[in-house]
Amino acid sequence: MNRFPIWKYLVIAVVLIVSTIYTLPNFFGETPAVQISSTRQSATVDTALMARVETVLQQQGIKPAGLFLDGNSLKVRFNDPDTQIKARDIIQQALGDTYIIALNLLAASPEWLSKLHANPMFLGLDLRGGVHFLLEVDMQAAVDKTMERYAGDIRRELKTAKIRYGAIKRTGNTALEVQLRDQETLNAAADKLARSLPSLTFSSDDQLFRLSLALKPEEITRIQSDAVSQNITTLHNRVNELGVAEPVIQQAGPSRIVVQLPGVQDTAKAKDILGRTATLQVRMVEDDPSRVAEAMAGNVPTGYELLDEASSQGIQKILLKKDVELTGDNINSAQPGFDQNGGASVDIGLDSTGAEIFRSLTAENIGKRMAMVLVEKNKSEVVTAPVIRSEIGGGRVQISGSMNPAEANDVALLLRAGSLAAPMNIIEERTIGPSLGKENIEKGFSATLWGFAAIAVFMVLYYRVFGLISVASLGVNLFMLIALLSMLQATLTLPGIAAIALTLGMAIDANVLINERIREELRNGVPPQSAIQAGYAHAWATILDSNVTTLIAGIALLVFGSGPVRGFAVVHCLGILTSMFSAVLVSRGIVNLWYGRRRRLTAVSIGQVWKPETK
Amino acid sequence: MEFFRIKRDIPFMSYGKLTTAISLVTFILAVFFLFSKGLNLSVEFTGGTVMEVQYQQPANLADIRHRVETLKVGEVQVQSLGTSRDVLIRLPSKEGTSSAKLSEQVMGLLKAGDAGVQLRKVEFVGPSVGEELVSHGLTAILLVCLGIVIYLALRFEWRLAVSAIIANMHDVVIIIGCFALFQWEFSLTVLAGVLAVLGYSVNESVVVFDRIRENFRKPGMRGRSTAEVIDNAITSTISRTMITHGSTETVVLAMLLFGGPALHGFAMALTIGIVFGIYSSVLVASPLALALGVKREHMIKIVKPKEEAVV
Repeated sequence: MNRFPIWKYLVIAVVLIVSTIYTLPNFFGETPAVQISSTRQSATVDTALMARVETVLQQQGIKPAGLFLDGNSLKVRFNDPDTQIKARDIIQQALGDTYIIALNLLAASPEWLSKLHANPMFLGLDLRGGVHFLLEVDMQAAVDKTMERYAGDIRRELKTAKIRYGAIKRTGNTALEVQLRDQETLNAAADKLARSLPSLTFSSDDQLFRLSLALKPEEITRIQSDAVSQNITTLHNRVNELGVAEPVIQQAGPSRIVVQLPGVQDTAKAKDILGRTATLQVRMVEDDPSRVAEAMAGNVPTGYELLDEASSQGIQKILLKKDVELTGDNINSAQPGFDQNGGASVDIGLDSTGAEIFRSLTAENIGKRMAMVLVEKNKSEVVTAPVIRSEIGGGRVQISGSMNPAEANDVALLLRAGSLAAPMNIIEERTIGPSLGKENIEKGFSATLWGFAAIAVFMVLYYRVFGLISVASLGVNLFMLIALLSMLQATLTLPGIAAIALTLGMAIDANVLINERIREELRNGVPPQSAIQAGYAHAWATILDSNVTTLIAGIALLVFGSGPVRGFAVVHCLGILTSMFSAVLVSRGIVNLWYGRRRRLTAVSIGQVWKPETK
Repeated sequence: MEFFRIKRDIPFMSYGKLTTAISLVTFILAVFFLFSKGLNLSVEFTGGTVMEVQYQQPANLADIRHRVETLKVGEVQVQSLGTSRDVLIRLPSKEGTSSAKLSEQVMGLLKAGDAGVQLRKVEFVGPSVGEELVSHGLTAILLVCLGIVIYLALRFEWRLAVSAIIANMHDVVIIIGCFALFQWEFSLTVLAGVLAVLGYSVNESVVVFDRIRENFRKPGMRGRSTAEVIDNAITSTISRTMITHGSTETVVLAMLLFGGPALHGFAMALTIGIVFGIYSSVLVASPLALALGVKREHMIKIVKPKEEAVV
């Protein structure tokens, strides 16, 4: 009666083999490696690069433990961290800025395992150290910025069409108003703008000759989703500059972005580069002495703004027009360099729109000064305010001024990384030092180990052979859970380890239920084989009910939890599923193998079965 | 070995009045502490910055506090964390300063005092995130309760479902009450622990209910009163109850002892939760079900007519 058909044993065997294979990579540890990847089309990662890296390393007397191409990146393994860091510097020098070179840890498991996509569990930041940010995009600012750009577009369109206009005013959150001179110019302007700016709705006031323009609702949603995706791209670029091996940059909700940088040691620099929300604006300087004097006296004329300019003589005040001529949106590239006098400079390349605007701006304003303004967190600072010597066409611009090479490098980095569509605020941050991560792993591991050991000892003492079987199935449960986590590459965090430990503690419940039931049947005088049968049959309904209720709680945690709660819930839910399998099917399988074949089974080893003397 | 050698059914139900009184008193006390002392909510809920730093030698807390206070960010908490070399610094959130700047400023000040200080961990949470977490946490608790009640009502009977959930909410309130009384930090991880207890301890009630249903169906139990049937069900599962909970408690205690400060709150919530879980599922849920008037007929309905015909 206690026999399984062959297929059930086969299922168990297959599950065991698969679990073992996918658990294995976790035992091999990790080796230090350098990861080389590229973000540009021109710089490819291929076998030629692999050969180049190998030669460069050999020239310096470093022998890598292995090189291999993995998708778009080249990974080079080393035997120890010292060589890894030395090699990183050498490769960086040889390849230059075209490639992203990052330190990484790779699984040290044999190749045949990697071919099966058997990788170690993916550790969360709290276990490997690193930085986690939750950023919120300022949507109002994104709308504001778009409105500013439209105002600039309108001004330019009307100017090129030689239509005279008065003030351009912002009349609402998403509406603009242009004052025109008469009916004729009003019609001409409406006609012209409707053709070139199709994303706006138009209405004209024929009495006051005013043209009202408003954003279409679908345009507003588009601006917001664009703002998030553009910021994600920008963050990608900035993170690439940091050289992080496996960054996570994801949208979380309509206006939020999660950034995770595992293994980042210099957290201050990471925060600095990510936290900056710099945008570049090109604006004209007002050098008329009377206006400047008036502004200095504290009476800044309307349409003007007094800003700080950092120079080698210290901070100076400079008077700027409020109109923004050009923004960082039109910047294609920015590189640090040197000007003809040997001073540090930033070389900027503009896109075609930007180049055109810049050409006409410089042509109209020869001899005047223009300012490059870096806007960071609502604070504007003039980076430099050079005099325009001649018309600059072709979109190549060089800024030089009060900069040292490091500053030039920083400014270039920010400009190159692209500007943000809207500023972002860090609303959540977690930084875990690498040593703390290691400690967390050790502590979580020892907690699980001690818990498991204590249960195992008790079960074997109390239930003898059946206890041993229970412990074996609990071990299988642990294997299956780790294998499943490795397979899914679900992120394992410290609460996740806690969930593994807790799952073990709770999974034993099913075995205790079964064993107690069998004892009870034996106590009532049922023969052993039937007792086993009845024990499992009776316990099953209870096990199912209790696991479903636990699963309900687990799923609610998964849906509503965030951060640590979700990390716990994922493992908890998976653990409940694996425990049902192992406690019922695997333990029964072993019992059937052990006892099922014996025809005349008179006793089973399930510890003492005490019977009350008086019945 | 056999721990539980019970000769006859223990009359658990006759203790009903006593246990209800005990539960009511602890429950009221827990609610009282919850309101009088309030929860010591972690930075995840309140918003603000928490930093963990490590010194090479025992840290001078007064000096650290003095240094951090020069930033004038409001009430600053400085306390040692486990060892004398590890220090925890809590800063409230301040308008206009980003956390990135704040934690760096603090590190700058601390490094000026002792260059050997190392930053181990920073956690910053904006105030809006905290509010969301509270509302999500409450929604989660509500949904877990609802889900469990619906499942148990379908599987057993609404009277049992309601008494199980009341018994378990009583556990949850007592855990939270303990956290309020001792002013232990209530973090997201602790919330996860509390919710895990909710699922876990319903487990226990389910096992007992399962037995009650089974007993109602047994021909030998026909003549017995409902109270006697419940007593028998609890008595025959008590051995399993103690061993299972003992095992889980062992693991949780291992976590409490070896898991370090990061898992401490979680393990603590579970430790309390499991102890009260045993008590409440045996001595609160069942008397409640009895008080709600659960009868044989309520349970037998689920039995297939064929089996009924045999009896």
